[in-house]
Amino acid sequence: MVSAPVATAGFTSEIVGYLRQIEEADEFGAVDLVFGMLDEGVSAQDVLLRVIAPAQRRVGRLWAVNRWSVAQEHAASAVSERVVAAVARRVAPPPARGRVVVACVEREQHSLPTRLLAEVLRLHGWRVDFLGASVPTPHLVEWIGQVNPEVVALGCTLPVWLPRAHRAVAACRTAGVPVLAGGAAFGADDRIARLIGADAWAPAADVAADLLDNGSLMFATGNGAELPPDDEYACLARRRGELLPRALELLAASYPPMRDYDPWQLEQTAEDLGHITDFLGAALYLGEMSVFTDFVTWTCAVLAARGVPGESVVLGLAVLRGELTDCPRTRAFLAEGMRAAGAARGAPDHPETEETSP
Amino acid sequence: MRGATGSANAGAARATPGDVAALLDGSDEGIVLCDAGGVVLLANAAAVRMAPEIVPGGPVPSELCPAGSDTVTYGGRVIRVRTEAVGDHRALYLSEVPSLPRRTEFLLEAARRLFASLHPRRCARAAVDLGAEFLCDVAVVVLPPATNRRVEWVRAAAGRPAPEEGVLPLATALQVPGLNDALAGLTHGSGGRQDAGAVPDWLLPDGFGPAGDLLVFPLPGNSVPAGAMALVRRADRPPFDEEALAMARDLASRAGAALSAAMLFREQSAINTILIDGLLPPDLPEVEGMRLGGRLRSSQQAGAVGGDFYDVYLPETGAGHGIESGIVERPPLIILGDVCGKGARAAVLAGQVRQSLRALLLLESRPVRLLQLLNRSLLASPAPNSYVTLILAALREAPGEHVLVDLAVAGHPAPLVLRGDGTVEEVPARGSLLGALKKTVLRPVTVDLAPGEVCLLYSDGITEAFGGPTGREMFGEERLKDALATCRGMPVDALVERLEQISSEWLAGGQQDDRALLAVRAGGQEPATGTTTGATTGATMVWAETTG
Repeated sequence: MVSAPVATAGFTSEIVGYLRQIEEADEFGAVDLVFGMLDEGVSAQDVLLRVIAPAQRRVGRLWAVNRWSVAQEHAASAVSERVVAAVARRVAPPPARGRVVVACVEREQHSLPTRLLAEVLRLHGWRVDFLGASVPTPHLVEWIGQVNPEVVALGCTLPVWLPRAHRAVAACRTAGVPVLAGGAAFGADDRIARLIGADAWAPAADVAADLLDNGSLMFATGNGAELPPDDEYACLARRRGELLPRALELLAASYPPMRDYDPWQLEQTAEDLGHITDFLGAALYLGEMSVFTDFVTWTCAVLAARGVPGESVVLGLAVLRGELTDCPRTRAFLAEGMRAAGAARGAPDHPETEETSP
Repeated sequence: MRGATGSANAGAARATPGDVAALLDGSDEGIVLCDAGGVVLLANAAAVRMAPEIVPGGPVPSELCPAGSDTVTYGGRVIRVRTEAVGDHRALYLSEVPSLPRRTEFLLEAARRLFASLHPRRCARAAVDLGAEFLCDVAVVVLPPATNRRVEWVRAAAGRPAPEEGVLPLATALQVPGLNDALAGLTHGSGGRQDAGAVPDWLLPDGFGPAGDLLVFPLPGNSVPAGAMALVRRADRPPFDEEALAMARDLASRAGAALSAAMLFREQSAINTILIDGLLPPDLPEVEGMRLGGRLRSSQQAGAVGGDFYDVYLPETGAGHGIESGIVERPPLIILGDVCGKGARAAVLAGQVRQSLRALLLLESRPVRLLQLLNRSLLASPAPNSYVTLILAALREAPGEHVLVDLAVAGHPAPLVLRGDGTVEEVPARGSLLGALKKTVLRPVTVDLAPGEVCLLYSDGITEAFGGPTGREMFGEERLKDALATCRGMPVDALVERLEQISSEWLAGGQQDDRALLAVRAGGQEPATGTTTGATTGATMVWAETTG
């Protein structure tokens, strides 16, 4: 039944076995496998963080290199959600510590990483309210008003939602509750978490749990970071609606293969341009060039794996740059993006080799 | 200085020591002369006013002797101290920084901190923090007694990091003089000074020492006090003066307003939670021979309810079936609908529809007949605009893991069916919306699902989402069908999640409407998906990055 061989270098046999179950979307098999590990004495935290989490990261890679379909990737994630729930039901220590609210930033749909954190905190004895994917900030504020948690743990996977994370952090802190930030969107260090005003950052769920357990919820050196002043993010967001159709038109004129695109392909291209614009906006908002250039590099790799040349990305960025004549910062970011896309074009078509996710 | 005193410049007119004393006492600046050992030789009236402890022959209070020149806080006053050498002695020039800025700072901080939180205990923490920072050495808020005759307290002490909290029997708490009256609201408005000698141990942190002055105030609430506040100064500090009393009253009235707002919010949230719990979609049960998956998102930002709804009605189990009981036997039934309007009002109507159906199902099981009865009950409803669109589906198991879905559609977008070969069909069931006309026209359809095939019920919030590249384009049925076609072989949970995600992405930053999805897949076991690989040929941007 296994369609594509799963590259297994560096993975434990547990991870490989688990991947095989979720590749076939075999929920019962996956639960049996994981319960077997628990019976053999593997800790629940290790099952969550050393088996399920790396397997899910692998799923993301397999999709990126076009080895798994979107459907497979979604199916696998759905199975993992259920497996995590089953582990949580089976290993349920009584709450012995304070209350923590765990939520994904508004519009963030990737709930599994945040859910893993919620379960790890539960295993550490915290009383956890897990609010799930895409929690509207007003809902979050209402909830913390009701339950008065000691901490809010805020998860964000895609950097595009970081401006919303910034607002959510401010709202929580106004309500007097400190915020622990985590997730792939924050990158490999605490810089972005500081920028959006979080009280602490953790690179992984076990580190987050240790921080909470030790009560050391404060950047050791204090926060002090501030977002740079910017008016071009607002400008870009306002103009998105007219900018994108215009950019598509110009791209079609300068990139001949687009003339043969079917409506579906055109829509995908429009979506890609939309994502590029949104990442550009988030990068401007944060004043973090790497948020944009990393995304461009990643997009080029994903497109290359699907036979779309990086040339089209360079052209797309150039078209946007040509349209945004009165936004100097945005143009500078786009120029960097073009450089990144150019470099990616020269690189081999293996996003696997660029391990960007922590 | 010009002119002369004492014996110098004999012959010229002289000022007497009395003149000099009067001169110094006339100054607004406090002037203290002390010797090298810090013993006071002379202090003018202004200095004594600012620091009553200063007496000739006694020591200068250490707080008033900064290394050079500095601004210090002494006895609740902010005093700028300038130190000058005068021969072998030292002169201190004291000028009180007008208390208005301190008061203004207090008011600004009070406004900012007291109303930041909607939670009573956090409000109380803000109040005691303000007290300990601006007014006293220890500030304690006692919240109104709970029904079990216990009270929660929150305490802050100047110079200690975080407020402490605890719970006490009411009787113990009431040992604080004046607290009983304050909690009962008997001390109208003011409250005030109490006997500091009678302070019970629990009020003060360990090692605090004896209390010198005690103020107890009610925290004025809506009708009964929102609690009471005690402010304590140490025995070695000056007592509260008029200025401090005025600030303390101010703090009490503001803290009372903030606390009662927070308590009101808590009460209303509790009521909300109870009401909302009844209106949220149910957890989807396991149904023999099929799998269900559902998603509901409400447009209300702070509430969790709206006009879209779904529900599942399993057959009655146990005794009581048959002709004698009058209760009909029927297969499991699912509904998905959308009531006119948004928010709480819509949610209440949705809840009524779900409940009406639950009752009707005891006596009737035919989908069309059920909708007709529901229509009549809506027409009879006193609430205006009780319009509802609804899909009702009875789920019958058939041989070979097939599921027969009997569909009745009332004014609602028709369900979609994902076939085993990946094609998507629109079910041709049609009917008029409910709650508008006496006569309903319904054309039911039965769909046969082979194992793995899916019937999807959805609300127009999915298809009428405006977004896309321009932000003004409707998502539309065609895109939903295309999206569904990519879901072949997916577990039903993943399928609804994916469709919701695609529709969310279409919205980009736009406003979300109420959205509901409910899918049923034939066959008990989720199918394997391992046989399809690389189905995407374009550049679909769905992320799967996860963090550990």
